[in-house]
Amino acid sequence: MADLLDLTVAEAAAKIAAGEISADEYGAAWRAAAAGDELNAYLWTADGADALETDWNGDGESAPAGEGDATPYGSNAPAPAASGPLAGIPIAIKDIFTTQGIPTTAGSRILEGYRPPYTASAVRRLTAAGAHVLGKTNMDEFAMGSSNENSAYGPVLNPWDRGRVPGGSSGGSAAAVAGGLAPAALGTDTGGSIRQPASLCGIVGLKPTYGAISRFGMIAFASSLDQCGPFTRDVTDAALLLGVLQGKDPLDSTSVGIEGGIALPTREDLAGLRFGVPRELGEATLDAGVRAVFEATVARIEELGGQIVEITLPHAEHGISAYYVIAPAEASSNLARFDGVRYGLREAGDEDLIEMYERTRSEGFGAEVKRRIMLGTYALSSGYYDAYYGQAQKVRTRIAQDFDTAFAEVDFVITPTSPSVAFGLGAKTDDPLAMYLNDFFTVPMSLAGIPAIALPAGLAAPEDGGAGAPQLPVGFQIAAPAFAEQKLLDAAHALEGALGFAAAVGDALPWKGGARA
Amino acid sequence: MAVDAAGRGPPRIVPVIDREQVLHVARLSRLRLDDDEVETMAGELSGILEHVDRIRGLDLEGVEPTSHVVHLENVLRADVPWQSMPPAVALAAAPEPFDGAFRVPSPQADAD
Repeated sequence: MADLLDLTVAEAAAKIAAGEISADEYGAAWRAAAAGDELNAYLWTADGADALETDWNGDGESAPAGEGDATPYGSNAPAPAASGPLAGIPIAIKDIFTTQGIPTTAGSRILEGYRPPYTASAVRRLTAAGAHVLGKTNMDEFAMGSSNENSAYGPVLNPWDRGRVPGGSSGGSAAAVAGGLAPAALGTDTGGSIRQPASLCGIVGLKPTYGAISRFGMIAFASSLDQCGPFTRDVTDAALLLGVLQGKDPLDSTSVGIEGGIALPTREDLAGLRFGVPRELGEATLDAGVRAVFEATVARIEELGGQIVEITLPHAEHGISAYYVIAPAEASSNLARFDGVRYGLREAGDEDLIEMYERTRSEGFGAEVKRRIMLGTYALSSGYYDAYYGQAQKVRTRIAQDFDTAFAEVDFVITPTSPSVAFGLGAKTDDPLAMYLNDFFTVPMSLAGIPAIALPAGLAAPEDGGAGAPQLPVGFQIAAPAFAEQKLLDAAHALEGALGFAAAVGDALPWKGGARA
Repeated sequence: MAVDAAGRGPPRIVPVIDREQVLHVARLSRLRLDDDEVETMAGELSGILEHVDRIRGLDLEGVEPTSHVVHLENVLRADVPWQSMPPAVALAAAPEPFDGAFRVPSPQADAD
């Protein structure tokens, strides 16, 4: 059994296709692993089998496996296709993706018990490729957070050290993959919500270019920034999933897909490639252990034939400020739909409509969501719009231009993913700004809409850990120009091979029995 | 905050958001905050705005604002009919479905 769970997605898919292992046994092993979740990574698992029968059209059939271009309305929940690149592979899905008949909460009390009438396009693409929904993963409420402590359903624990956070907002997806509770997972990244938890959990997380994957059925936080992407144990699996997920979707007019698709990476050297290190990194607030891993990784890039070039991103330091105006502004508008009328919670009394709205939203939303709605509403309100929102959008232009200038000289921009390793539960919950600064290295790429991957690059002792604290994973971020995912994955594959993170950590990897044991 | 050589304090006063503004924004947001929440919110929003305020001083005259990073124009779908969500499905998750519609309290409490 343990052997089955040690396979990567690409390995398992190949063995299932070749008839070497049984898809049923493989799926059952993962359902059992997910059912044994001690990390609070899942909010719903397939093993519980409480999916609602949703025979919407009354024909007693599941829908044909969802094609990305088919309307999901009025059809039944898509059944996994019998064949395809992910045939027989169970995948954990962040609870922000709608799944027909399966509870979908976005980590919020306001959607407790909600069962959506249709399935998100990204999930339909996975099932059309043969994958199954293994479970729905815990997350910061409406994807607002960097520690997964803003979930209405309790925090997720980091599988490397259960006294620490897994990062956020896709903390459940990251912990599920790192903790051996899922072979791969789907997450979303608005300002770092895939890359930061991947980094804190020691796995691979990919945020594709804005528009690479459909956002249809992804409950909206900040529509101009939100992008879906995979959590996997290695770069090959990330490429496999991206290849399935990407594509234009008529249900999301901002989706464009990746021209030429995605091939599995095979590259093993970095000869001829130029990697830009932002000059500003020298002054950035960064744990010493994280900086040491970053520098060692830069040395590895040079050993592989890559060239290191100093670049400058002069406006990146304003990324957090711009992001924490733009994202809350968009959120304050998107979250207006949660009003107690069409779905979810309603807190009614004998008062009027406005009071019903206010009671419902005040009871249904948690503190961080209220804070962001307030911040966004303030930034968009009369008299402040130009000073905050308009100015933030101009900073966004400058940050995108900084990257354009850099990419005229280099192939990639590299930074640490997060300024520290996983921090303790509760360590930053009283200081929203300290929490926001976690996103310092990931937000600029989100604002520019460009792809970036987080790779586990080494281990470092936590600065808040005291003597003898176990070492924790450190992530390395590589960003590329828009739609250059293939080149990004090829380079990441070469670097991953040279770093040998999983082999170096060996049996201490939590997915090798740590959390499962 | 540090005082510089010329004896000046911080260059400008940050836009501290006061209790009244918090209540105003809460009304716009359709949120009802209790007294403790108003106090906490005023402090937290002021702290965040103080940080965000750094971008207000940047000279970005003439810079085009970016609202969307992918340049797309007039994305149209094919003009063919497709299945919309059936009314029964749309109503299935409603807190108070009523006769094919969503029922809500009266917009004016004393209208009836």
